[in-house]
Amino acid sequence: MAAFKGLAIGAKDKAMNAIGWPNWRRLNQEGIVFAIAILLFAAAALSLPGFLTADNLVAIVRSVSVLGILALGMAVVIIGRGIDLSAVAIMAMSVAWYLQLLNTGTSDGLAFAYVLAGVLAIGLLNGFLVAYADVPAIFVTLATGSFVFGYVRSQLITQDAVPVPQGHWVELLGGVRFLDIPVEVFVFAGLAFLVFLFLRYTKWGRFIYFAGDNPVAARNIGIPVRPMLVLRYALSAVVALIAGLLTAASLHSINTRVVNSTLLYDIVLVAVIGGIGLSGGRGGVRNVLVGAALIGILLNAMTIIDIPLLYQNLIKAAILLGAIIVDGIINPRDEQTAQQGDI
Amino acid sequence: MTFRERLQAWRYNLVPDHLVGEILTKRWTDNAIPFLALVATLGVFGSIIPGFFKLTSLQESTRQLGEFSLVVIGMTVVMLGGGIDLSVGSIFALSCFSAVYVFFILEQSIWLALAAALATGLVFGAINGYLVGYLRLRAFLTTLVTFIFGRALFDILVSTYAADVQLSQASSDVLDFIGDGTFWGLSVSVWLAVILAILTHVALTRSRPGWHVLAVGGSRRSAHNAGIRVRRTVFMTYVFSGFCSSIGGFLIACRLSGAGPGTGLNLEIMALTAAVVGGVSLGGGRGSVVKGLMGAIIVLTMTNGLIRLGYGTGTNQMVLGILLAVAVTIDIRWLKNRHKVLNEVYVAPVYLKMGETQSAAPGSGTPYELDNRLSAADHIGLGELEGPEDVILDRDDHLYCGTRHGEIVRFFAPDYKRSEVFAHIGGFPLGLAFDQKGNLISCVGAMGLYSVSPEREVKRLSAETSRSWTSIVDDARLRDPNDCDIAPDGRIYFTDSTKRYDAHDWALDSIENRATGRLLVYDPKDGSTKTLLDGYRYTNGVCMAHDGKSLFFAESWACRVHRYWLDGPKAGTAECVIRDMPGYPDNINRASDGNYWMAWLGMRTPSFDLSLRHPDMRKRMTRRLPQDEWLFPNINTGGVVKFNEKGGIVETLGDLSGAAHPMVTSMREHKGYLFVGGILNNRIGRYKIGGADPNWTSPASYWGAKP
Repeated sequence: MAAFKGLAIGAKDKAMNAIGWPNWRRLNQEGIVFAIAILLFAAAALSLPGFLTADNLVAIVRSVSVLGILALGMAVVIIGRGIDLSAVAIMAMSVAWYLQLLNTGTSDGLAFAYVLAGVLAIGLLNGFLVAYADVPAIFVTLATGSFVFGYVRSQLITQDAVPVPQGHWVELLGGVRFLDIPVEVFVFAGLAFLVFLFLRYTKWGRFIYFAGDNPVAARNIGIPVRPMLVLRYALSAVVALIAGLLTAASLHSINTRVVNSTLLYDIVLVAVIGGIGLSGGRGGVRNVLVGAALIGILLNAMTIIDIPLLYQNLIKAAILLGAIIVDGIINPRDEQTAQQGDI
Repeated sequence: MTFRERLQAWRYNLVPDHLVGEILTKRWTDNAIPFLALVATLGVFGSIIPGFFKLTSLQESTRQLGEFSLVVIGMTVVMLGGGIDLSVGSIFALSCFSAVYVFFILEQSIWLALAAALATGLVFGAINGYLVGYLRLRAFLTTLVTFIFGRALFDILVSTYAADVQLSQASSDVLDFIGDGTFWGLSVSVWLAVILAILTHVALTRSRPGWHVLAVGGSRRSAHNAGIRVRRTVFMTYVFSGFCSSIGGFLIACRLSGAGPGTGLNLEIMALTAAVVGGVSLGGGRGSVVKGLMGAIIVLTMTNGLIRLGYGTGTNQMVLGILLAVAVTIDIRWLKNRHKVLNEVYVAPVYLKMGETQSAAPGSGTPYELDNRLSAADHIGLGELEGPEDVILDRDDHLYCGTRHGEIVRFFAPDYKRSEVFAHIGGFPLGLAFDQKGNLISCVGAMGLYSVSPEREVKRLSAETSRSWTSIVDDARLRDPNDCDIAPDGRIYFTDSTKRYDAHDWALDSIENRATGRLLVYDPKDGSTKTLLDGYRYTNGVCMAHDGKSLFFAESWACRVHRYWLDGPKAGTAECVIRDMPGYPDNINRASDGNYWMAWLGMRTPSFDLSLRHPDMRKRMTRRLPQDEWLFPNINTGGVVKFNEKGGIVETLGDLSGAAHPMVTSMREHKGYLFVGGILNNRIGRYKIGGADPNWTSPASYWGAKP
């Protein structure tokens, strides 16, 4: 236990550090994961044919872009001691509804307005129930995720997959390249930079850390903890919509079955494995990038080795389990600030 | 009476506001909401789906219900222990596969298949239990991950062996019976679910391990401090959940004779929703197996009903999402606000117009006129005593009184300087009386009627009377036993002042002013307690008349004294002998001259009398003002009144200085002295009564001269 305590203190010191490269003299989860990612990268580059090509590297970055964008939204929520299990449902179902509206002849502007309103409404509902009704985030978002999928699938769309209409801007977006790099990579990079600025340099960004570390104390010093909670869930919902649009852009359709896949757990995996503690108040954008790098390399390597998808799921689940166990040991739950029903 | 007052009287005296608060105090209100939801669900779907209640249709749906209920029972136990188990769907599917594999591919006996299924469930449950219980990981995320892991494993296994299972020739009558047969009209799965539900219910409510689960769920830290092995208890709940799910998996293996990609899909969110809809609280400690089962029926009826009504893909998830969100929100808000609401609505004042009274002011010339005689009383035990509500003396002149600390203290004659704790009772001893054998009988606040023998042996005589059928609040329990006296035949007559408040909340009872005071009798011959009279505003002092054929009792908030006849033509009836006094009467005791002493615990004030005519104002007052700003009876002035057999007032004693005996709750005459006690006082007073019989004692008056 003592060794782990040392790790936890190291993580804390580092969180107070200025921006910069990880402090190599102090071992922490982010450092370990980053090292593993580099080792994995080196191993794959040496042993796997076709790994270290420009095309494959772009493919890796591209494959984790959508995942990374979703993980950015999730990271903001988790830092504030929450979790958003409805992210994937919002991502897939909002875009499916949008495309369905377009395919049935609704004008683009109106359709987008509907969808944006719907997405914001779900985000606000999540936030309201968590902040003002004191319902644990995990149950609220599980319920709203289930509801969003069920409602859109049964009432608003007619089949599992909805195609993008010919010549629509979403389709064109999928074709945009800059220096042979697809557009979602730039969107990911841009969003990551924005979230970084928000968390690091704005007052409300800093408040998220306070609220995540100790909500009661944050409230006592006058931080508007509850409105900020609502804001975070709304933000996460909008980020999910952006991720959904990019998915539709690259695939030219959106498949709602993704809601039942393990994508949601991949998002949590990226955030947790990068070192964002589930008990809140720790981590930042860099952790998301490190987590996304490891998962991207891992998925790409597994695909090149030709491991079947089912086994990939098993491996990812095992890694996530390991990550959660390590997270539980490094960031033990604070019994003083843990709430009743916070399970 | 003005029209406004008449309206108020109707509104507040006829509308039973107090029932709302009484219902909210009941634990069964927790069950009422899910039960109503169950009835509504069955009613709605039963009426819109043709043939819903037909036997064949029920048999098919109950088969599924049996399997589902087993899973929900496991989930309920985990949630009661403060955790959650999302991996039930995976355990269910993997156990199903284990059974299928052993039976169809290894072609072993069905019992071996059952053993394989159970082993799978127990091992999986033990992994969950180890991670959550011993490593103390977050239950929700951990079981979510083990769920994905199990599901991925199951998908691989199913896709690998699906063809082999199809080709297998294995068959068994037992398997067919478990899958399709019925026993007394019910399928095996229903029987198993019923048996397991009963066993689990008994274990949770009546066994040590079950209590440990509830204790850990209710408060982990307290359970740990109480010496419960918290981690092992949590571990066991997950193992149990794995066990339940594996039985369900085995049953579905028998029913479908195989395992498919859809086995156990969405089961975790269904089981979670069922438990929460049934009213099992998140965070643990509150809930029951029955609640889980109610939730299981609601959820399964809704999802199956909607499918049968032809709603498309996704409807299930939509309904589950709504049900879960609503149920969790209600659960959280209910737990959080129940006490707040209860505090707000419990006090339900009624209208009362007090009668005109004579003045008690010094110099007013009325029989109630207070003087300053009590201020001259000597003090006994000054500064040592807290709250001698009643005082009494025995044949050897020793003085006894109760104290706030739950003791009966004895002061030794003749100077009453030395004292000792005569007996420790635990509750606040109020009224005292000696029976013929010299046992000290006491009404102990909030506890009941107790007896202390001369050898100091404390014995409970009575703590309950018979339950009335119409009362919602439990009126069998004695909430505020106040004073007692003993008839010549040995029966003990005593008062229970209110049914709605505990003894220390007497001020709330005075503000509410609802008539719930009772006169009861305890019969030492058979140990029974009976209610004689009911519906008085705070029954208080009791005193047997000198001839032993009737008794007097005080009704404090109405400022009245009644006479209850034990014998003669009016036996069993009560009549009011003194009404509209200026003070609130407390204990009554015999006087040496054939009259009776009565204590006034406080004096009426015009302001409080007026407030009694404004129940709406008192209701607002209790809700909006802090307690120390409430208007309630004036207890800063009291006195002692002597009245005769007919109810005529003979004389009144008071303490105008306010220093020695501002409030009097009891007084006892003994050998020419009056011993005075007060529940908020720090002393007992001894006042020399002019012209009193110097040899008269209360024990002799009751039980004759010393044998």
